[in-house]
Amino acid sequence: MTTTTPAVSPMDLDEKLALYRTQLALRFFEQRAYDMFLENLVKGTSHLSLGQEAIAAGVAAAMKPTDWTFATYRGHAHTLARGVPMTPVLAELLGRSNGLMAGKGGSMHLTSVEHGVMGSYAIIGAHLPIACGAAWSAQFRGTDQVAVCFFGDGSTNIGAFHEALNFAAIWKLPVVFVCENNLWMEYTRTTEVTAVENPAADRASAYGLESIMVDGNDADAVYEVAAAAIARARAGEGPSMIEAKTYRHGGHSRADPGKYRPDSEVAEWLAKDPIPRYHTRLLELGATEDQLVEIERDVVREVDLATEEAKAGGVPGEDLLMKDVWADGGSSWRN
Amino acid sequence: MAQLTFREAIARGIAQEMRRDESVVFLGEDIGAAGGVFKGTVGLLEEFGGVRVRDTPISEQAILGAAMGAAMTGLKPIAEIMFADFFAVCWDIVVNEIAKSRYMTNGQMTFPLVIRSGNGGGLRFGAQHSQSVENWAMMVPGLKVVVPSTPEDVIGLMAASIRDPDPVIFLEAKALYSTKTDVPDGEIVDTLGTAKVLRSGSNATLVALGAMVPKALKAAEELAGQGIDCTVVDVRSLVPLDTQTLLREISATGRLFTVEENPRLCGWGGELSSIVSEEIFYDLDGPIVRITTPHIPLPAADALEDMAIPSVERIVTTVSKSMNS
Ligand SMILES: Cc1ncc(C[n+]2csc(CCOP(=O)(O)OP(=O)(O)O)c2C)c(N)n1
Repeated sequence: MTTTTPAVSPMDLDEKLALYRTQLALRFFEQRAYDMFLENLVKGTSHLSLGQEAIAAGVAAAMKPTDWTFATYRGHAHTLARGVPMTPVLAELLGRSNGLMAGKGGSMHLTSVEHGVMGSYAIIGAHLPIACGAAWSAQFRGTDQVAVCFFGDGSTNIGAFHEALNFAAIWKLPVVFVCENNLWMEYTRTTEVTAVENPAADRASAYGLESIMVDGNDADAVYEVAAAAIARARAGEGPSMIEAKTYRHGGHSRADPGKYRPDSEVAEWLAKDPIPRYHTRLLELGATEDQLVEIERDVVREVDLATEEAKAGGVPGEDLLMKDVWADGGSSWRN
Repeated sequence: MAQLTFREAIARGIAQEMRRDESVVFLGEDIGAAGGVFKGTVGLLEEFGGVRVRDTPISEQAILGAAMGAAMTGLKPIAEIMFADFFAVCWDIVVNEIAKSRYMTNGQMTFPLVIRSGNGGGLRFGAQHSQSVENWAMMVPGLKVVVPSTPEDVIGLMAASIRDPDPVIFLEAKALYSTKTDVPDGEIVDTLGTAKVLRSGSNATLVALGAMVPKALKAAEELAGQGIDCTVVDVRSLVPLDTQTLLREISATGRLFTVEENPRLCGWGGELSSIVSEEIFYDLDGPIVRITTPHIPLPAADALEDMAIPSVERIVTTVSKSMNS
């Protein structure tokens, strides 16, 4: 299979500063979400992307506003990266009526159709075929939309993953799969239960997908491979699989301290933290320390404001409970 | 007016809607060139082409996932699950994804899609290709469940299901595929959530679904010979449920007999019995009786399968025994 890789125009400094800002926003948002979880304000569960921000940010930078994101329960970052404001996302975590889905979805199901965030899915692998369906719809209607579908390394061993890859390939769908390989499922190392070394990339090539490995802690590198894969999909050249190596700084969810991971491994990956790395790169490219400090201050202001606004949100009313099972807005199952 | 089989009615219903609405697409295993394993989709590929009528790999999760993704972005997919038993391998997409996503997203998404499937027994296929699964679907908030019993209803309810903005599970009784009746020419569009009174009587009300409907009608004829005059109601739609018609017809005779092909536990008749007990208990003149398939996997041998699925004879003896006791 020969594919022509469309040229990706490199980002200029302003664009890179914007990409830095996105990464910081994701980092500070997640830290705030964690703090508020410890304060018992974030209820239920939540799965943070701390350490993995470069992937959500880099891919989103390569997408058009009309493209679609399909995320997992670890989806705060992917939602925010598409331009969804922080307040409704945080309020959703708090179960408030000003939440993104008025409290009806929660942390694991963030959705903003308006921003192309077509859902966050909490059943491992389920959204890969759904992303194929959206891509099929774009292909059928002749729009240039592309579906981008994020998932973890552990999700590569479930049936839906394999059905979706074959399906995307045979119908040549405009879909880009992005595996965030953070080495661990919940508490088990993925390589211990997987027959191949690179769980997504090695399988993808068997299905005839363009298969790309990338350093997931380098936002520029992620942006470049994503832009190329998205351009290929948009041009009708079919699906791709990007496997981005990364690491989650914290536990799997909630208050999991992640103690099953060797200290040396954690230390090694903390040294590869995508955000300080990007900070250094921007300085090398001529950005000033003042510029970067100002961006940081701006993000802190945004997170603080979102925190206030989210906390000020009301409790969802009973009117919401029985709403929107059906398209007519109701939930009636009988006359 | 033309004679049409149940299986021909499926293709006619789908074709009627595909002609009318460009956004209706159809996908499934062997549905195109082969015309469906039950020959229910013959001619659709020829008329609408391979872009709108697409054969898929044997990937039930991919089929339904694709239908869902297409529906949330503006298409109106019809997906086929060849045998209803196979819902078990893609039930996550149906129950957790399609059925819940509108509610979870606070109404941001709609899913105008139809999943049609060959349902139930009578073909001696054994336990994994014969189960009647309407009760699986009925218990899931967010799914509409439609079960036609005549070729005309297949067309009209198919059209209504395709036009409906919500996900519809459309169950076709395999035992009825070869039945043939007169069907009017021209467009047929029915209404979801409407039960149909097929026969009016004064002594007892038989409420039936899918392949049990013709059996209930036949039983009512025989019971009439014994002096038991039965109303027969075809439920047609489990969700939404036409409780108004059902309660009216049950009140009028004071006796309810359900005729259900699903295995007994949590069958739709149990839900109907509960509604009747709560709302028209004092109109009843005797116990509610459920005539169902026993709570067993279906056996393959014709002799055994015939013992399991409610038969005309079982309906007649059950009703007459209960009415005369
Ligand atoms: C079908 C299914 N099985 C199991 C789970 C429980 N579960 C939630 S997250 C998770 C680990 C997933 O790991 P991975 O795909 O690597 O993603 P990560 O959490 O690392 O982002 C598991 C087992 C689930 N949600 N769905």
